[in-house]
Amino acid sequence: MSTALFLEQLLNGLQLGVTLFLMAAGLTLIFGVMGLINLAHGSLFMVGGFVCAAVAAATGSFWIGLAASLVAAAALGAIVEIVVIRRLYDRDHLDQVLATFALVLMFSEGVRFLFGSFPLYLDPPAILAGPVTLPGGLPYPAYRLAIIVAGVLIAIGLGLLISRTRLGMQIRAGEADREMIAALGVDIRFLYTVVFALGAALAGFAGAMIGALQSVQVGMGEPVLILAFVVIVIGGIGSIRGALVASLIVGLVDTMGRFLLPTLLSGVMEASAARGIGSAIASMLIYLLMAVVLVFKPKGLFPANA
Amino acid sequence: MLKHLTEHRLNIILALILLIAPLVAHFADEPFLVTLATRATILALAGVGLNIALGLGGLVSFGHAAFFGLGGYAVGILASHHQTFEPLMTSPFIINGTNQMLVLWLVAIVVSGIAALLIGALSLRTSGVYFIMITLAFAQMIYYFAISWPAYGGEDGLSIYVRNAFPGINTLRPLDFFLLCYAVLIVVLIGQWRMTGARFGVALQAVRQNEGRVAALGLSPYRIRLAAFVISGMVTGLAGALYADLNRFVSPTMISWHLSGEIMVFIILGGVARLFGPVVGACLFVLFEHLFGSFTTHWQFFLGAALLSVVLFARGGFIGLVVGRARHD
Repeated sequence: MSTALFLEQLLNGLQLGVTLFLMAAGLTLIFGVMGLINLAHGSLFMVGGFVCAAVAAATGSFWIGLAASLVAAAALGAIVEIVVIRRLYDRDHLDQVLATFALVLMFSEGVRFLFGSFPLYLDPPAILAGPVTLPGGLPYPAYRLAIIVAGVLIAIGLGLLISRTRLGMQIRAGEADREMIAALGVDIRFLYTVVFALGAALAGFAGAMIGALQSVQVGMGEPVLILAFVVIVIGGIGSIRGALVASLIVGLVDTMGRFLLPTLLSGVMEASAARGIGSAIASMLIYLLMAVVLVFKPKGLFPANA
Repeated sequence: MLKHLTEHRLNIILALILLIAPLVAHFADEPFLVTLATRATILALAGVGLNIALGLGGLVSFGHAAFFGLGGYAVGILASHHQTFEPLMTSPFIINGTNQMLVLWLVAIVVSGIAALLIGALSLRTSGVYFIMITLAFAQMIYYFAISWPAYGGEDGLSIYVRNAFPGINTLRPLDFFLLCYAVLIVVLIGQWRMTGARFGVALQAVRQNEGRVAALGLSPYRIRLAAFVISGMVTGLAGALYADLNRFVSPTMISWHLSGEIMVFIILGGVARLFGPVVGACLFVLFEHLFGSFTTHWQFFLGAALLSVVLFARGGFIGLVVGRARHD
């Protein structure tokens, strides 16, 4: 195994990590502020991918598609919040799980009805189509690098939004004591809609970006949603910082596990068996990681307002 | 609504309907409807399993498809070894495959029980929304393991060519297999009914209502919950074993999170913590799937809409609608 290949996998892990962060940040924000567990978050990821692919195909521009997916996911998030989610804040988690599970079924079938069962394809923009040469002479796909850069910028932006702006202050206050900030004259219903739309936009953006790496299809949000759950369990629910750290850990462990385990196992057994067992164990690796974290820190690495 | 109709009487009526409808279908020469009723019966059993954790214990497990799938794979793997006459294991001692349902059920119950013990022991260190997400994540772990493990079919699943055998019964006949599944369901329901009234059942419901008081009485809430979770997993594993024989096929979809959600849906449609809640729910679900599925391929959209309306507007499910509020809550 060469150093270049190792570095490439490391960057792939980083890219998966920042994508997971875009999903996990929305989930953890919505849980932290509103106490709501939202399974339909993966559907917003899927909608982002489909809108981007459809608009890019119609206009010929990836960038218009990307912008459209942001707007569509945010708008859909706001509508879903006003029509359904708003009725669930005071309910227990079981009702929230079931109602948002119902939304997943509706979104999946709705998208299948509109776009058909066949996957759509979305090409990255021409300017990012080729490889770039990293310092040290390593060629790496420009598009994946752009995802990493965009994810890092969004993470910084989100951090600033929450720690420096008026909206961020209200979000943090909403996490701490919702009655109090309502009493101080903040329109809490509107605030919740805004937070939900923000989370939806992040998920839709992630879906559009990832759509150009893989095919855009019904159900594409579900594996990412489960990974995002693992991320926020490891990071601590409600903690943006925890989501960031855990996203990177999960992204790297998953990618490097799939890359390294079959190779490592081939040292002790025959190659075909090593591939099979290695990939089976690699697919369980992050869940094992989650179990280990749970044993030592049941509330995650960075428990928010514990 | 119907004052003279107590939940107990309603349960007996429901049990009789579920028995008589397939008998009628059999004599009207409609074997497909018998199979449909068998499917409802087996899914009901899976729901009964989850209801022990969710309804009685207040443990919202989103990973019960894991136990359903493990029960199914236990049957699928042993039966496929029986068919190819290859022992499952040769060292340190020989384990052969088998086609005897009684042995297969036992293995399925033990395997899913052990899995429930491990998953429960870790997951029950947390509560609330953490518990939901962790049970979901562990089920996905087993799902991805099943997909990427090539020896038993991987993504394509594993076929059982001939339905396994039960002493004294021809399981290949739809009605006989239905009656077998029905008998299992009734035995488990009676077991749950007895358990609810026994010390353990009372303690379990007490843990759901007030954990602190139970701890103050000197009982361990963690152990009570874990025991309930393991029993719950074993019943769902048994349902998975029956389901494998019904379809003569097991695949990773038996472990998918959609199935975990659906098992939960049975309970909600029927009524949480009601003895017959999952039974009604599973029957309604199978009927819904059959009726809507026959005129639109997008029936899951309507299932979602129906579920959403039940959650938002009709809490208490079908049994709650018919006989009113539960005595406890």
